[in-house]
Amino acid sequence: MAFSIKRILTVFVLLLAVTGLVVAAPLIKVGIVNLPPEESGYRQANVEDMNTVFSKANGYDARQTNTGDNSEQIAAAMGYIRDGVDYLLISAANASGWDTVLQSAKKAGVIVFLFDRLIQTDPSNYQAALVSDMAAEGEMAVNWLLSQKLPYYNVILIRGQLGSAAELGRSAAVLKARDAGKLKIVADGTGGDSWSLEEARKVVEAAIAAGKDFNVIYAENDGMAQGAVQALDAAGITHGKNGKVKIIGFDFNRFALRNVQAGYWDCDVQCSPRQAAEISSWIKAHQNGKPLPKGIIYQKEMLVDTTTITDEIILKMGINADPGKGVITR
Amino acid sequence: MQNVLEMSGICKSFPGVRALHNVSFSLRKGEVHALMGENGAGKSTLIKVITGVYEKDTGQILVEGKALHFRSPQEAQNFGIGAVYQEIMLCPNLTVAENLFIGRGQHALVNWKRMKEQAAHLLHSLDIPARPTQQLSSCSLAVQQMIAIARAIDMNCRILILDEPTSSLDEEEVQKLFRLMRELKARGVGIIFVTHFLDQVYEISDRITVLRNGEFIGEYEAASLPQFELVSKMMGKALDDVSQIKKEQPLSNQRGIPVYEAVGLSSTAGIKPFNFTIHKGEVNGFIGLLGSGRSEAARAIYAADKVISGEVKVNGKKVKIREPLHAMKLGIGYLPEDRKSDGIIADLSVRENIILALQVLKGFFKPFSRKQAELFAEEYIKSLNIKTASTSTPVKSLSGGNQQKVIIARWLLTHPEYLILDEPTRGIDVGTKVEIQKLVLKLAREGVSITFISSEIEEMLRTCSRLIVMKDREIAGELSGEDVTERDIMYVIAGGGTQP
Amino acid sequence: MNKMKIWNYQAFLPLLVLAVLILINLLKGADYFSISIINGAIYGNIPNILFGASELVILAIGMTLVTSSSGGQDISVGVAATITSSVFVRVVLNAHEVTLMTVVGAFLVSCLVGIAIGAFNGTLVAIFNVQPMVATLILFTAGRSIAFLIDGRLSPILANRITNQIGSVIPGVPVQTPILLTVVFIILFSILLKITNLKLYAQCVGINQKAARLNGINPVIVKLLTYIILGVCSAVAGFIAVTKAGRHDSVNLLRFVEMDAILAVAIGGNALSGGKFSITGSVIGAYTIEVLNRTLLRLEVGTETIKAFKAVFIIILMILASPVARGTAAKAVQWIRARCTGIVRLPASEKAEASEGSEVDLSVEKEV
Repeated sequence: MAFSIKRILTVFVLLLAVTGLVVAAPLIKVGIVNLPPEESGYRQANVEDMNTVFSKANGYDARQTNTGDNSEQIAAAMGYIRDGVDYLLISAANASGWDTVLQSAKKAGVIVFLFDRLIQTDPSNYQAALVSDMAAEGEMAVNWLLSQKLPYYNVILIRGQLGSAAELGRSAAVLKARDAGKLKIVADGTGGDSWSLEEARKVVEAAIAAGKDFNVIYAENDGMAQGAVQALDAAGITHGKNGKVKIIGFDFNRFALRNVQAGYWDCDVQCSPRQAAEISSWIKAHQNGKPLPKGIIYQKEMLVDTTTITDEIILKMGINADPGKGVITR
Repeated sequence: MQNVLEMSGICKSFPGVRALHNVSFSLRKGEVHALMGENGAGKSTLIKVITGVYEKDTGQILVEGKALHFRSPQEAQNFGIGAVYQEIMLCPNLTVAENLFIGRGQHALVNWKRMKEQAAHLLHSLDIPARPTQQLSSCSLAVQQMIAIARAIDMNCRILILDEPTSSLDEEEVQKLFRLMRELKARGVGIIFVTHFLDQVYEISDRITVLRNGEFIGEYEAASLPQFELVSKMMGKALDDVSQIKKEQPLSNQRGIPVYEAVGLSSTAGIKPFNFTIHKGEVNGFIGLLGSGRSEAARAIYAADKVISGEVKVNGKKVKIREPLHAMKLGIGYLPEDRKSDGIIADLSVRENIILALQVLKGFFKPFSRKQAELFAEEYIKSLNIKTASTSTPVKSLSGGNQQKVIIARWLLTHPEYLILDEPTRGIDVGTKVEIQKLVLKLAREGVSITFISSEIEEMLRTCSRLIVMKDREIAGELSGEDVTERDIMYVIAGGGTQP
Repeated sequence: MNKMKIWNYQAFLPLLVLAVLILINLLKGADYFSISIINGAIYGNIPNILFGASELVILAIGMTLVTSSSGGQDISVGVAATITSSVFVRVVLNAHEVTLMTVVGAFLVSCLVGIAIGAFNGTLVAIFNVQPMVATLILFTAGRSIAFLIDGRLSPILANRITNQIGSVIPGVPVQTPILLTVVFIILFSILLKITNLKLYAQCVGINQKAARLNGINPVIVKLLTYIILGVCSAVAGFIAVTKAGRHDSVNLLRFVEMDAILAVAIGGNALSGGKFSITGSVIGAYTIEVLNRTLLRLEVGTETIKAFKAVFIIILMILASPVARGTAAKAVQWIRARCTGIVRLPASEKAEASEGSEVDLSVEKEV
């Protein structure tokens, strides 16, 4: 007896659900293939952004797969195509091996957007890619630096993982400026594959020990900038707004932005993990019959220094935990 | 009957050692021929000469009437001589079929399907309960042993050598193996069977050849050689001229409370439940052939193997000894049979090796000071005359006899009430041997109870006042009194019970 | 014989290597050892090295023990330190007010977590006989995700005065705090070795587990204990690393440190297959790695080639530390001494071989 009641109830609930679906406006089906949030603070913000934007409330029926394994990503993408999603969003773990997925998507009429990471393939194989322009980020930082009207520019360059897109792009601007004679690189180091704070600190310590005269630290992420500043503090070298050495960081970590706000650092460049809103606007426009953008599209990103930083920017654009106003992370 | 193998006048020497001297051996078609002898008798050398591992110095080998001279095991194999050793030399993580056929070296390419079919056929024809696709490690030891045999005989084997194939098998498994051996026998294969188990010899063998100290003692029909005589031939004492050996040791007659007493003791190492008692100042010994269970009995007393049954009393009080530490705390010391693998801590210094047991007894949180440790070490290096460069010399760089003395020192330092010495004199020079024997008697006079185990009967007779004879992993009898002779011992080992 | 001892002394070669590295640094600039006082604390190359190597030294000590007893290495130390420090940060940030007591309390909690991690790895190794590298691979793979979740998915910030001073300098104390903590740790550890038989037991189990058991040592407990101690080492290293960084980055904190810790053990002349060990050797090994890293920076080796240089140097180091090289060195010294004094003394190792030889003869006899 109890069993049959359970059954009736189940059928009832199912019916409700189905009618509910039918009554509501049809949702746009989206499949998102992404990296796992624990990969980095950037990714955590990115995954969260995807979840917020592609929600039921915004008219989406979206599912997200988070894995750092390329073959698992490919399997998930194929699954989404089979399930008949309308749009497929991919941030690939590995730049190669995606051609079959893109072909099947094309055949099934699924529109593919890449976000954050590019794939090695012909641009005709996907609709559009929304990525950060690392070279532009670097140029933004260098231009800001050169506008500071320092008597000279002796830079310690602290690179990230050698050969990564971010390192190549962000280093290029400095190297270009050096070749043009606008600045001097007095020390050229790297934080290694883990963009390590400790390694960055050692690079600066070595430069200090060697008696190098420098007045700029160009660290290709916030963690390494922090390590570099620790080395300065220990050596009693001033930095920041009223100090000798200008500190430039990347990625818009909230602690870095608070450090800029406090004048402890000088400038930070955004590398936005939030691509969802823009891609969503494309999709919504497409639903209304407007054409979609094609090819590689670069995100608009910003640079803040001690004068342009605001609480709003920190809260809205930053990533990772916020130490709170006025708190310096040394 | 036709001789498939005929060897005569075989001599083989190693630097300083005459391993085989003028040995003859013959094997008929379709017979099981047991090769018997104590450790060091020359059995292994003879087998290695047959299989081409060693080259003989002189002598003749005829295989099916043709004089042959093998220079490698491969050559011997090609002539149909297969050997299966005690340790199974197969690959446990390959399948049965792969183990049967791979590495024969004929073809670079393997036809897996054919191989499987052939394997199935072979297993079926020999009635081996295994599937070709089964992983070898999932088979029981006996089945693995049989597969090793199957692999050997499939190479059109005419002579099969089984070296201690039953030592790790239980009785049921032994019977399975014997069935296979009989089957092969019926097919005309000549089998050379090496074992320490006397009953097994008589169960399966047609003839027996006995070697002793590298010399040929004789070839006998199994049916006409009583076990008793076999044992005496192996041990090298003709029954008639066993003379009484005068014992140096006075018999301890005062029998108070036993220092150690066990009833129904048995362990996972396969020793059957046995009773055992030792009194204060007594030296007794477990005697028996290798594999008889004499070491396993000692290990059970010390809980070196997992004890599964038995009641134990120490100094009259009921105790539970579950691990070596319990035994140590009750004043029991144990010198293991295998010095290298169970005794010394090779890389550590002589000092650390000497203080080890006492240090463990004293406790984890109470290390001896370096000075105290030096004193202990120096004391025993002097009193036992241990030859070492310093107390800090790694024990592994000492000679075997001195390593043994270090372990004895380790136990003497704990002032044990009861000391078990398993083969303390094995592999060490004669001088040290005598020193150790004297030490045992001295300790006994001082009131230490000692259980002594040795392969050398004379040594046992000289040191022990009571001998417990082991056979097939149980106690076969007990001998005491001044008039114990080797003859008595052999009688018990041969299974006759105490001599009438 | 006393002078010979120096050559047999395990820490001799790592010390020699360290000396060579320092010499290279001195050639580059004679001011290498110069020290100044900045903001009330000692500043210079040497303090920088001591500061930078603190976590590595502590982990290398624990790694040495584990290597000795289990004949394998724990590759999860960096990850374990990340987890313990995430717990530390969590507890600190949950407190209403950050006082010295909360920091100490949080540190003790993180040590408990370290013990739990050590017990987990140790159980797999000691009881289930899993290969140490395989056993610790589990945590190595999953650990950073666990720390990420404990962090509440955001890299939390430890911006407060007390932890900041622990990670840098306490006003009035002329030495950076992590250096002091490392010294305290080393002292506590040597006391531990002094008042217990840990070294003897671990070595016995590592050299000959069967014999150790027959002498009343429980190999399972000893192995478990060494892993638990390594767990505590991880917690201390994590504590120092996170206070240095001022925030908890579950992705990059102490990343790849396990490889350096294992390398430190090897450079210290310890066999990675277990057995006899020298903590002093490992500590010197850890500092050697740190000095090597900084030497390459000081020599301004190009960023692209720095890894290759490091690799070449480590290969040379490992060859120097190998038994073959040690034997040759000992023989060379013997030869020189013989020339100088005219007296040839048989070195201990050769004497050993001589007596080993007679032993071999006997065993042949036995086998026959």
